[in-house]
Amino acid sequence: MTQRKLGRGVAIVGAGMSKFGAFPGLTSRDLFVEAFKELRASIDKELDANEIEALYIGNYTSDLFEGQGHIAPLMADWVGLTPRPATRVEDACASGGVALRQGVLAIASGLYDMVLVGAVEKMTDLPTERVTDTLGTAADVLYEAAAGFTFPGLYAAMATAYMAQYGATPDTFLKVGMKNHEHGSLNEKAQFGQRISDLMEGRKKSAAKKGQPVPTWADELEFLRDPRANPTIAWPLRLYDCSPISDGAAAVLLVSEELARRFSDRPLYVIGSGQASDAATYGRPTLTSLPAAKRAAEQAYAMAGVTPADIKAVEVHDCFTIAEIIASEDLGFFAPGTGWRAAEEGVTSREGARPINSSGGLKSKGHPVGASGIGQVVEIWKQARGEAGARQLPGDINLGMTHNVGGTGQTCVVHIFERR
Amino acid sequence: MSEKAFTPAEFYQFLGEHKLMGTRCRQCGATFLPPRPLCSHCHTGEMEWVELSGKGKLTGFSIISIAPTLMLAAGYDRKNPYCAGFVQLEEGPSISAQILGVDVCRPEAIAIGTPVTVAYVERGEGEAKKTYLAFQVEA
Repeated sequence: MTQRKLGRGVAIVGAGMSKFGAFPGLTSRDLFVEAFKELRASIDKELDANEIEALYIGNYTSDLFEGQGHIAPLMADWVGLTPRPATRVEDACASGGVALRQGVLAIASGLYDMVLVGAVEKMTDLPTERVTDTLGTAADVLYEAAAGFTFPGLYAAMATAYMAQYGATPDTFLKVGMKNHEHGSLNEKAQFGQRISDLMEGRKKSAAKKGQPVPTWADELEFLRDPRANPTIAWPLRLYDCSPISDGAAAVLLVSEELARRFSDRPLYVIGSGQASDAATYGRPTLTSLPAAKRAAEQAYAMAGVTPADIKAVEVHDCFTIAEIIASEDLGFFAPGTGWRAAEEGVTSREGARPINSSGGLKSKGHPVGASGIGQVVEIWKQARGEAGARQLPGDINLGMTHNVGGTGQTCVVHIFERR
Repeated sequence: MSEKAFTPAEFYQFLGEHKLMGTRCRQCGATFLPPRPLCSHCHTGEMEWVELSGKGKLTGFSIISIAPTLMLAAGYDRKNPYCAGFVQLEEGPSISAQILGVDVCRPEAIAIGTPVTVAYVERGEGEAKKTYLAFQVEA
């Protein structure tokens, strides 16, 4: 692969996010302002916001979720940044990651020195079946939605192909969810920041309080196998294999390399960026890998001049538990067909040799679809600066990676960051 | 065969006649399902319609309990789930479709690689009536 370089270096000097969750009464603009305020507070040195020259806003579909189109200038206005150019970027659930890439390219081109990249989604105003339909529009509506496929269904079909080819079982997927809830329990921004064991005990207490028979689950796995506690959404995926419906926003401030130290003592340099596209799920040669993710990762590794072994912290797009296993292979952390064993053996937990999704991932932290790609960067920012609190990974987290997927892999975008 | 436009509308028109039609590149011979008007292999060739055998094998599937509105309207729900899957046809291309003839209560018994044959499902009433692609597991 041709080794591409950025025209000039780009660094992140501030990052923030709203809490992720279900927030009746809050709209996209409210969440975006919350993220922007935290971003401002995260900058080590003084920032005059008037120096920001442009905005790129990742958002999947405020049109369908909120009945509000054209949100980039609205976001610019709500943080007091008109008349700067404000551009919405849409690549389904990869909108945030692709907005970051657009911001990076804009600075690398020399056109701007300082760019705000934001991302926002407000999903919970719609009832679940309409959210299901809306997410379904990120697939091929004519040929996948018509087949009765939902998003969980598409990933579930990948899961059946993966199980048949490599030997994973539905329990494997449940263990990925348990791990991410464990991580998310240490993240105050998480929508579902409870351990599965806490949820199980809560159910028992609630039954006892209501005078109902108290369920006798022996452990978390047995709890998660119980269809009353964890109903099937699209076999083999159950409720706790699926990321939730979420509201949230996140934002990062990008500057040219020369300006980084003016704003930050510990900037996070964007040293690798890759992006690729692919056919709808039916049109690919494999169901057990996302070819676009592999390609995007190859580009990012080549640009950064690093290998998978160098990466200290990684946030992957675990919209479904199977997606995390596939991602761990596509990014080169595990050989094809072995990621599920690593997940079962605890290698991907915070204490393991290859921690994945220290934030709790989309599963526990929440998945406001267009905002997730920037939410991932906020976690790398915190980990790289030693500011992740109780979930801080051990050692010097100088290199981090994000993997953000649109649809079932029609868009994949991968970034590598270095704190210097 | 008259060369109708290589569009989804024509594809569904053919489905209504219970014909599974794809397109083939006159230049390089690549076959496409769903049909497409431009060859994504050689980028140059003119297309022609081609009727496919309708025989293939299951490459991935799910038993879907939480249905989209289209399938809710067809009578499916949590208590009456359905199977959606990917089928690779003998001619090469793969497509997504509802899978008929499987025991949705025993998904673990459904094997990847199971042979399937094209089937047609009619849904909707009056003007909204439309034929959908499905595949039947061979008995």
